[in-house]
Amino acid sequence: MKEIVVISGKGGTGKTSITASFAVLGDRDVVIADCDVDAADMHILLQPENAQSEDFYSGELAVIDQDICTQCGKCFDVCRFEAIDVSNGIHTVDELSCEGCGYCARVCPVDAITNIPLNVGKWHIANTRFNQPFVHAKLGIGADNSGKLVAHVKNMAKEIAEKYNRPYILVDGSPGVGCPVVSSLSGAHFVVLVTEPTVSGLHDLKRVYELVHKFHIKAGCIINKSDINMNKTNEILKFLKEEDIIHLASLPYDENFTKAMTDCKTVVELKDNKLKDILTQSWEKIKKLA
Amino acid sequence: MKIAFTTKGTEWDSKMDPRFGRTEFFVVYDEETKELSFVDNKDVENEAHGAGPKAAQKLSELKANVLITGNGPGGNAATVLQKLGTDCYIGAGNMSIKEAYDAFKSGSLQKF
Amino acid sequence: MKIAIASGKGGTGKTTLSTNLASFLSQTNKVVLTDLDVEEPNSGLFLKSKLIHQEDKYKMIPEWNKTDCTLCGNCQDVCNYHAVIKIVDMIMVFPELCHSCYACSELCPTNSLPMKKQKIGELKQYKTDNFNFIESRLNIGEEQAVPLIKQTLDYVDKKFPDDNIYKLYDSPPGTSCPVIEATKDADFIILITEPTPFGLNDVILAIETMKELKKDFGVVINRYGIGNKDIDKYCAENNIPILAKIPNLRAIAELYSKGELLWNKIPEVKEELQKVQDFIIKLKKTTK
Repeated sequence: MKEIVVISGKGGTGKTSITASFAVLGDRDVVIADCDVDAADMHILLQPENAQSEDFYSGELAVIDQDICTQCGKCFDVCRFEAIDVSNGIHTVDELSCEGCGYCARVCPVDAITNIPLNVGKWHIANTRFNQPFVHAKLGIGADNSGKLVAHVKNMAKEIAEKYNRPYILVDGSPGVGCPVVSSLSGAHFVVLVTEPTVSGLHDLKRVYELVHKFHIKAGCIINKSDINMNKTNEILKFLKEEDIIHLASLPYDENFTKAMTDCKTVVELKDNKLKDILTQSWEKIKKLA
Repeated sequence: MKIAFTTKGTEWDSKMDPRFGRTEFFVVYDEETKELSFVDNKDVENEAHGAGPKAAQKLSELKANVLITGNGPGGNAATVLQKLGTDCYIGAGNMSIKEAYDAFKSGSLQKF
Repeated sequence: MKIAIASGKGGTGKTTLSTNLASFLSQTNKVVLTDLDVEEPNSGLFLKSKLIHQEDKYKMIPEWNKTDCTLCGNCQDVCNYHAVIKIVDMIMVFPELCHSCYACSELCPTNSLPMKKQKIGELKQYKTDNFNFIESRLNIGEEQAVPLIKQTLDYVDKKFPDDNIYKLYDSPPGTSCPVIEATKDADFIILITEPTPFGLNDVILAIETMKELKKDFGVVINRYGIGNKDIDKYCAENNIPILAKIPNLRAIAELYSKGELLWNKIPEVKEELQKVQDFIIKLKKTTK
C-alpha cells in the first residue's frame, strides 16, 4: 500500500483540482484523504456522502469559575499569551488567545481554573460519488492547526486502505511549510509537487522542497499553466534537474480546468481534452514511481 | 538482553505496530528470564504534540537494550533513543512479535 | 489605519492586491506594507526595494542547567506539550514542541531551566520609491508561525506609530491561528477571492472567521469573468460590500508570472484599485 501526497507550497496552483483528477482516474484503487483541513475544497468536486462523523479534540482551554474566583490576578500575571481579560475586576479567558498551556490553573490559589478539552473540528469518513472511501475534516475557526487532525485523517485513510486492500492512498496536502504540511508528508512514499511558472510559484516550490528533502521522499513535479511564461517554466525545469526531482508533466493553460471546477467536476471527466490525456499519463507514471 | 517491540497486542502472536510514538503497546522480552511483559501506551495516542518523547520516556523505564519497530521513530523520539543508547531496528511493521524477534536474531532487520 | 488583506483560499490574489494597492496608494498617501505570510512571504518578489534593516527573531525556550537540578520532574509535570521530558538522569527539551509558556522555568524549585533565545526567523525592512515594506520569514522546520507574526506586528506598531499612515498587511491564507493573529487588530479586512465554487466555499469560511472576530470587512473579486456569479449573489444577500472586481485578463497572468506590478501597465486594474482607494480613504474619514 503506497501513500502519494500532493502539495504545492503556494496556494492556487491547482493542487486540489489535480488531486481530485487523480482520484477519479484511480477509481477502485484509491482511498482519498483531504488533509487541507483549514480550507478543504476536494469535497466540492467529489461530492462525498458522509457515513461517519466525529468531533475532534485537540489541546485545552482554560475556564475560570466566577463563583470561586477571588480576582487576585495571579492568572493574569503568569499568562504569556495575553489570554486573561480583566474587565471591571472580572477575570475571564479569551478563548481565541488561550493556548491551553495550563499554567494559570496551576497557580490559581483557589483552584478556580479548569482545563477543558477543546473541540477544534469534525472529521468524516465518506464515499465519493464514484463510491470511493474519502476521509476529510474541517477545523474550527481560529483553531490550532497543529497537524494532529491531519495525522488523524491520514491514519483513518490508512486503516481503510488496509481493511479493503486498496493499493494507494491519495492525499491532498496542506499549503505552506508548517506543522500541517509536515504531518501531511510523514509516511509518504511519493510526493507530487504542483507549481506554476511564476516568480511566486518557483519561490514557494523551493521552500517546500526543503521540507521534502529533509524527509528523503521521492518527488515529482507538475507544472500547471506552463505556457504562460516559458522562461519561468525553463527555470523550474532547471531546478528540478538540479535536485533530481522527476518532471511528471507540464499542463498548458486551459480554460477547461476552471470550467470543470465551476461545474463541480474534475477536468478528466470532460470529453477528450489535452489535459485529460496528460493527467492520465501522469497518474500512470506516479503509480510506477511510488 | 532485553528487547522491546512496538505492538498492537501483548502475546507472541500479536501483530507489531509500525508506529513508535503512538504505538498501542510496548512489549519487552527478557532473554535471560525468558519473560514477556508489556506497557500500555494508549494514553499517548491521543496527544496532540510530543507523542514521540513521551513514548520514548515510557520505553526508558523498561530499560531495553534494543527496540524493534516498523517505520522508525520520528526526530524527537530518535534523539531520546540515542541518548538512552537503545539500538533501533526497523522493517518489522507487518510481522507478528515472534516473527519480528526471529527476523532480528537472524540479522535480517535493518538498523535505524 | 490598519487594513489586512486576507482570503480563505490560497492563490486568490492577496499578494497581488497588497503590493499593487500599496504601490498605488503610496502615490498620494503615506503607506507601510507588511507581509505576514511568514511561511511563504512573496510580496518582496514584486517590489523593487532596498534593504535598510534586518533583525533575527527569536522565541524563548527553556535550557537545562544540571548544576542544581534535583531531577524532581516538576518541569515534565507542568508541561502540557511534552516538550520537557525527564529521561533517566537528564532533562530533555524539545524546542519545536515548546509554546514558550514559561511554566517549567518559573515553577522549577531550583531554577534549573532558564529561558534562552532560539532563532525562529528573520524580519527585514525595505524601502521602495514611495513606501516602507516589512517582511518576516520563518525558518524551515520551525512549525509555529504565530510567534513570528506577533513580533512583526509589534515591530511595525513601534516603528510607525503615526495613525495617519495606511498600514497594509498581507495575511497568510486560511482561517486558523496565524490568520487570527494577523487580522485581529486590523481596522478593516479586505477579503479577496475568485468567483468559483472553491473561491466561494473558502471566502464564506473567511467571512465566518471575520464575524467571529467582530471585524468590518469587504470583498474584492479577482479573476472576475471566470466561474460563475454565485459570489455576487452571496454578497448581495448578506449585505457584504464588493469593493472591486479585477477582471480575468491573460495580460495580468503574464505580468504576474514575471513578478511585475500591474496597475501602472493595465488600466482596468488601476480603475479597480481606485475604487478600493476611495473606499479606504472614506473609511478613514468616518472612523475618526
